[in-house]
Amino acid sequence: MAEHPWAPGGDRAGWQRRAELFAYLRRFFAERGVLEVDTPVLGRLGVTDPALEAPAAEGGALQTSPEYFMKRLLAAGSGPIYQLARAFRSGEVGRRHNPEFLLLEWYRPGFDDEALRREMDDLLAPLLPGFPAQRLPFDALLKQVFGLAWREVPASAWAEALAAHWAALGREGDPLALAEGDALTVLEWLYGEASETLQAPTFITDFPPALASLAALRPGGETAARFELVVAGVELANGFEELGCAETQRDRFEADRARRRQLGKPDVPVDEALLAALEAGLPPCAGVALGVDRVLMLMTGAAGLDEVMPFSWARR
Amino acid sequence: MASYSTNEFRSGLKVLLDGEPCAIMENEFVKPGKGQAFNRVRLRNLKTGRMWERTFKSGESIEAADVMELDMEYLYTDGEFYHFMKTDGSFEQVAASASAVGDTKEWLKEQESYQIVLWNEDPISVTAPNFIELEVVQTDPGIKGDTAQGGSKPATLSTGAVVKVPLFVNQGEIIRVDTRSSEYQSRAKG
Repeated sequence: MAEHPWAPGGDRAGWQRRAELFAYLRRFFAERGVLEVDTPVLGRLGVTDPALEAPAAEGGALQTSPEYFMKRLLAAGSGPIYQLARAFRSGEVGRRHNPEFLLLEWYRPGFDDEALRREMDDLLAPLLPGFPAQRLPFDALLKQVFGLAWREVPASAWAEALAAHWAALGREGDPLALAEGDALTVLEWLYGEASETLQAPTFITDFPPALASLAALRPGGETAARFELVVAGVELANGFEELGCAETQRDRFEADRARRRQLGKPDVPVDEALLAALEAGLPPCAGVALGVDRVLMLMTGAAGLDEVMPFSWARR
Repeated sequence: MASYSTNEFRSGLKVLLDGEPCAIMENEFVKPGKGQAFNRVRLRNLKTGRMWERTFKSGESIEAADVMELDMEYLYTDGEFYHFMKTDGSFEQVAASASAVGDTKEWLKEQESYQIVLWNEDPISVTAPNFIELEVVQTDPGIKGDTAQGGSKPATLSTGAVVKVPLFVNQGEIIRVDTRSSEYQSRAKG
């Protein structure tokens, strides 16, 4: 940590690199006619997602992502938009987590999820080696690492596979007990362990419907058009071909709230303004959020976010 | 006793795990995809020195361990216990068992300062200083002139430890030893 309590992390060359990255991102989108927008970080509501806690502030909440506001802009006819947004997530402190961080989030009307991934390849190729990234469906990833297709085995097999994986790495802990018997949590952890093994840039695509979040389901409903980008075992981005159906979105929000109750987490009301915007009509689009601090971390070979943010959590 | 939540975990924190006093060495916050978070924690058992890696649910709390690290001076052994004295002027003494002293027994020298870990005020481990100066009480006579050849021979020190020393080191000399590797460093000056 700093020798003097006031001192920021890194040095001038590092701060300059950060500024150059911002400039590059803005140039990239300006050249493609994507409009820069800014939306409130201080919103009326948090998110129903049981894995995210928005810090409370001013009778509302600091936003975990600008997604809902940006979708309201899209529904109002904004066309393609992007934002370099401050995002907030309570309790997420670690080498690769800071409760306040920078997201690059953008939406592309008329794009499907693969078209958006190709644009991400273009964006990241000048920044990190190994792009275009390989594509790997969720199922294939689990099969590759654990020899297990989530769809074909009972949920108990997920916990066994994870327990065996932890044991092989000398890690103590019973996954099922830690997950309080919740199979979906075990599946998420299994996915996390598998994605950590990926060194080359990889888009993990076609998530199970239960992990669809705000993504549309593929025709037939077998998988969701959600993807994540993982580089050197680090999750860099999460994207969707966006769900446009207000009714389905409401059902998912209510399912989130039910899971929150089950996990003993505070209730979060459904964002009616977002649902009304979907009702009014979200253009078919794909959108993604990219962790800018993590990109910088990988670009510079830093071991953690503290080295690439002037004032990380510990240095505030 | 106080307890710590996972988001207070940091290296150096002393906690009780399965009834054993441990020090947190490393704490990693893990949050796959949009899933629930957990903490991957590496701990060192302060009694055995063994490393543990344990997974905790984020937000979980564990009990703090009443552990203190103190520098204390070695006094003597009564055959069963090893007696140390605080160096803060209080002259307070503690008696460490053979199991707490462990392998450090080979490096115990009167009036030398050792790091003692106290758990609920009982000594549970004793660590020798990294370097210590000890007298050679037994070694075969050296061969004159053989200083650069790098040959070595065993030497028994005043504490009972046996270390390899260069051939030129003689019985009765004081040498400096690295207690972590049991390696000879140099002849002690003056």
